[in-house]
Amino acid sequence: MNTNIVMQAKGLVKRYGQVTALDSADFELRAGEILAVIGDNGAGKSSLIKCLSGATIPDEGEIVLDGQPIAFRSPLDARRAGIETVYQDLAVAPAMTIAENLFLGREILRPGFMGRVLRMIDKKQMLQESIARMQDLKVGIRSMVQPVETLSGGQRQCVAVSRAAAFAEHVVIMDEPTAALGVKEGNMVLELIRRVRDKGLPVVLISHNMPHVFEIADRIHVARLGKRAAVLNPKTISMSDTVAVMTGAMKPEDIPAECLA
Amino acid sequence: MNSLKAKLPPLGTLGPLIALVLACAFFAFQHERFLTLQNFSLILQQVMVVGTIAIGQTLIILTAGIDLSCGMVMALGSIVMTKMAADYGLSAPVAILLGLLATMLFGLANGLLVTRIKLPPFIVTLGTMNIAFAITQLYSNAQTLTQIPDGMNLLGETFSLGGARVAWGTVLMLGLYLVTWLWLRETSPGRHVYAVGNNPEATRLTGIPTERVLLGVYVLAGLFYGLASMLAVARTGAGDPNAGQTENLDAITAVVLGGTSLFGGRGVLLGTLVGALIVGVFRNGLTLMGVSSVYQILVTGILVILAVATDQMSRKGGR
Repeated sequence: MNTNIVMQAKGLVKRYGQVTALDSADFELRAGEILAVIGDNGAGKSSLIKCLSGATIPDEGEIVLDGQPIAFRSPLDARRAGIETVYQDLAVAPAMTIAENLFLGREILRPGFMGRVLRMIDKKQMLQESIARMQDLKVGIRSMVQPVETLSGGQRQCVAVSRAAAFAEHVVIMDEPTAALGVKEGNMVLELIRRVRDKGLPVVLISHNMPHVFEIADRIHVARLGKRAAVLNPKTISMSDTVAVMTGAMKPEDIPAECLA
Repeated sequence: MNSLKAKLPPLGTLGPLIALVLACAFFAFQHERFLTLQNFSLILQQVMVVGTIAIGQTLIILTAGIDLSCGMVMALGSIVMTKMAADYGLSAPVAILLGLLATMLFGLANGLLVTRIKLPPFIVTLGTMNIAFAITQLYSNAQTLTQIPDGMNLLGETFSLGGARVAWGTVLMLGLYLVTWLWLRETSPGRHVYAVGNNPEATRLTGIPTERVLLGVYVLAGLFYGLASMLAVARTGAGDPNAGQTENLDAITAVVLGGTSLFGGRGVLLGTLVGALIVGVFRNGLTLMGVSSVYQILVTGILVILAVATDQMSRKGGR
């Protein structure tokens, strides 16, 4: 694996009144990896992700994307910079078709006057592109013109993941993408996440599901008390030791060197 | 099998049409004059005001909102138009333009209250309904304005089409339906209206300015109410401060009968046209049968509850 750093954060601080959610947290995402971010409630996991995806602005610290320092003011800024986020609560428009959902907010317009002035969408082109993109990621959904609500929860999440993968230039962030799903459906989404990584897009995966994390993560970022406690190697550390680091039962300095990543 | 199912129109889009045919069949048996070309062109003239209001109402209901002020705003628009012409001697186009401006301002007010202060559309428009009614009464001194410039009658005039008399206003209404239907179906802003009604949070996260979409919808609805004012003035030849009272509920009934979900994000605009025709057919048929207008109000009340119940049940059963 190459170890080029795609996204890096140093000394992020985020305070909400008296509460310090992020207390000088660091973050590092390498090219072509799935980095799992785990942590107890209140460990600063979601504040970290919100800073990276533009949903909140950190009080202190710096974020670097592909060597360029960045300062997102909104999720739209992050999106423009090539960072796409998938949310856990199935962020799709249920009555609209799969093709429409894939291109929601980024519709392909018809050429010339029809598109530029009348804002008419090119349904044919969108359909073709949808089919191509879904085939590319091997998502087995037959018709792109069926409403998303006719799909299972897992298939819907696959649509959301595919949308992110199709438009992300640098990073895909996934916030608990399997939390609302059953076992089989969850595996389907995991499989898709792996394919997204294999296409070369680094993935940040926030998850509470340890088996899922151990199944697909290349490295595990453990958030604790607003800081990064450690980055672990799932191939060498056990699940129970990981939980111990997460809860503070195992001190970061006690972690065997071969378990760090 | 899956793809065949996807290609067939769902029953929801055909339901209103079936209801319309059934209603027509019923009244055809009740009265021999119902099923004549003449009577149908009359029904079309009778629905042009409600039908046009219902376009604006559909846009708002598609965003999971509701506009209780639609009929009152329409009445206000017709008073502004006729009074501007009568008091200041303005020409018909200028006076109409000012009327459209007034109804769009009300739409803007509704939209700002919904998007900026985040008030529920039901409450906002309940308030603006009363405000519009009061302004209409005060501004007109509760008097009907009958002195209107010639140009304002134009859309109420008819032309002959295969033995039937068709009003220009009807043509305008049908044109508005066609254009707005295409806009909702084929353009990105049109699709965004559906997306906002479907899942506002997901829509916002894709970068669509949802509040601007909502605000635009309320202003656009105001424009349609204003166009309905213009049609009402043309049809009756007067500015009536007490207009809009039946149209208020009839427009909502038309939208719901037409299959647009009150939960937002689902519905086809042409269904609303069918819904407006159903309302028109009932009013016309019951009148032919000599049923008093109180019973007509009773029937529309029952119709709207039936339609909402169907919507509710199909949502539960369809999942």
